[in-house]
Amino acid sequence: MSEKPHIYDLPDSPHSVGWTEPRTLRLASSEAPMKLEGGASLGPIDVEFETYGALSTSRDNVVLVAHALSGDAHVAGWDKTAEALGRPWRVRKPGWWDPIVGPGKPLDTNRFAVICANVLGSCYGTTGPPSLDPSTGRPYGLSFPVVTVGDWVRVQARLLDALGIQRLRAVVGGSLGGQQALEWALAFPDRVDKCIVLAASPRLSTQGLGFNAVGRFSIMNDPHFRGGEYYGGPIPHAGLAAARMLAHITYLSESGMHSTFGRKFRTKGNHGFGVEFEVESYLDYQGKTFVERFDANSYLYVTRAMDYYDAAAHWGGGDLVEAVRRIRSEVMVASFSSDWLYPPARCKEFALALCRLGKPITYVEVPSHHGHDAFLVETDIVGKLLSSFLADRRRPHVIAKEG
Amino acid sequence: MPKTGRDGVDKVVSAIIKRIDGDIDGASLAQFVRLIAQSPPVWPVGGRWQDTIIGTEIPSGCSVLDLGCGTGELLEKLMTEKDVRVQGLEIDPEAVIACAVRGVPVLQMDLDEGLEGFPDGGFDYVVLEETLQTLRRPLTMLGEMLRVGRHGIVSFPNVAYWRTRLALALQGSIAVGERGGHAWHATPNIHPLSIRDFLDWAHEHRVRVTKAFALSEGTVRPLAPEDNLYAQEALFFISRG
Repeated sequence: MSEKPHIYDLPDSPHSVGWTEPRTLRLASSEAPMKLEGGASLGPIDVEFETYGALSTSRDNVVLVAHALSGDAHVAGWDKTAEALGRPWRVRKPGWWDPIVGPGKPLDTNRFAVICANVLGSCYGTTGPPSLDPSTGRPYGLSFPVVTVGDWVRVQARLLDALGIQRLRAVVGGSLGGQQALEWALAFPDRVDKCIVLAASPRLSTQGLGFNAVGRFSIMNDPHFRGGEYYGGPIPHAGLAAARMLAHITYLSESGMHSTFGRKFRTKGNHGFGVEFEVESYLDYQGKTFVERFDANSYLYVTRAMDYYDAAAHWGGGDLVEAVRRIRSEVMVASFSSDWLYPPARCKEFALALCRLGKPITYVEVPSHHGHDAFLVETDIVGKLLSSFLADRRRPHVIAKEG
Repeated sequence: MPKTGRDGVDKVVSAIIKRIDGDIDGASLAQFVRLIAQSPPVWPVGGRWQDTIIGTEIPSGCSVLDLGCGTGELLEKLMTEKDVRVQGLEIDPEAVIACAVRGVPVLQMDLDEGLEGFPDGGFDYVVLEETLQTLRRPLTMLGEMLRVGRHGIVSFPNVAYWRTRLALALQGSIAVGERGGHAWHATPNIHPLSIRDFLDWAHEHRVRVTKAFALSEGTVRPLAPEDNLYAQEALFFISRG
């Protein structure tokens, strides 16, 4: 919660990865575009990514972190380019998973080379709707092709190819990042040793589809949206803020909101329609700050990718057990008891499918009242689960015999 | 205090005979029997005695599904010592996290949901340690064990243990006679059973008992016919007949 005081590891802390700098690589060009799942071809594709920790000489210590809906490649540490690249929100805060990634932390950068890339269609340095379309010289806007989680994972694979990394020690992500982790285990079964899926299921629930629809409706009906061609003029501020406010409610839980905000007033109760309750103030703040850092078109594309993702449909003709048969990595799934965006019962379906095939699976339902956000908030327990799952153990039967 | 179940029962029987012969009065008999009945049974020190037997009896390199695996001690031992492919199922989140921390694959679920969808013969052994008597549908689970596993390993506290019988006879209150001594309303053991009950079930359902062990006054031994009276706990290896 951004209004609470935070204690961060400062750049000079022995547990911080310190000052960071994003890198960008071109992974497809206009001449050699990349074919997307939806049928379109896209080029150029530039990808912004960050790395922490040293790559081992045998290049076998790489952990790929996949970010969630509004995330970016800046997982840990302090971005020294924040001001220069016009990302002032990074000045006061370290990367989004700083408690988990760093020297001596659960994703220990003394052992692992951690990498994270901004997803295709987002707005943090990777090609997306705000990028210039070389064929028109103007931002793509809604002419940007629809992208999928599968496309994201294939772009990440291209990035690893470009960096000379064949295998991943682990891929880990929460929420939409968890779906990328799952997709990695499905699409590249021979490139992933361990797969960690936090607060994510093989597809979004119907309720989740509904929430995303309302978010997009709100953006697309903002008078400033203008068919996505708002660049250079006023942006669909209210629509994007409302989408974010709604989404934020889905990241919390009823009991969590009650214990954090209750029915407390910010004002004396003005009997008007301004921001009066604490919870209104919180959501108002979340909406406003989001608009400063996220692109409305990107929000449409990324939520659409979230909607479309369906591992069972894509890999198993609708049968989840058939789909996960191809997985060869060790898998850990953690759900969070009060998460109603990716509810535990839905997360467990994936774990059960693997278990039914006799593949070793660790599935934990972490008790928490932090809702979907718990995967970011419950850093103690999540850290403990990550570090023990990533520990080197003699595991002779990591890969189950095909039944 | 009795060193074996037989000692204890013999002492109680001889005291009753003394009372009949008029050598002691009723109050002394009652006091003596109460003393014996209330003296706690001896439990083996260290981990679960069942784990030791299972660790010895099952072959290296096999596969084991542990239903209600707790904090995963057995599975860790089987993984590291016998190269066993393991999977645990457990309902308690704290225990599940403990399993995960020790690197044991564990799936958090309620066994009363059943094993639907698990393929026939998917595991060499399915273990149900000290859990049968806690299930809402114990017979369904026993059947499922023998469908999913080629062999089943079942252990439970024996409700016909002589101390349990005496406690009920003398105190007239349901003392389940289990480790931990829960009150009637707090016990997880909602379907207590005896060794005889279990053997009757096996006979009726044509389930073969291939090996059986008893824990009596802290000592583990092959199950004897009279152990329905003497055993605190029992462990059975079963398979389809």
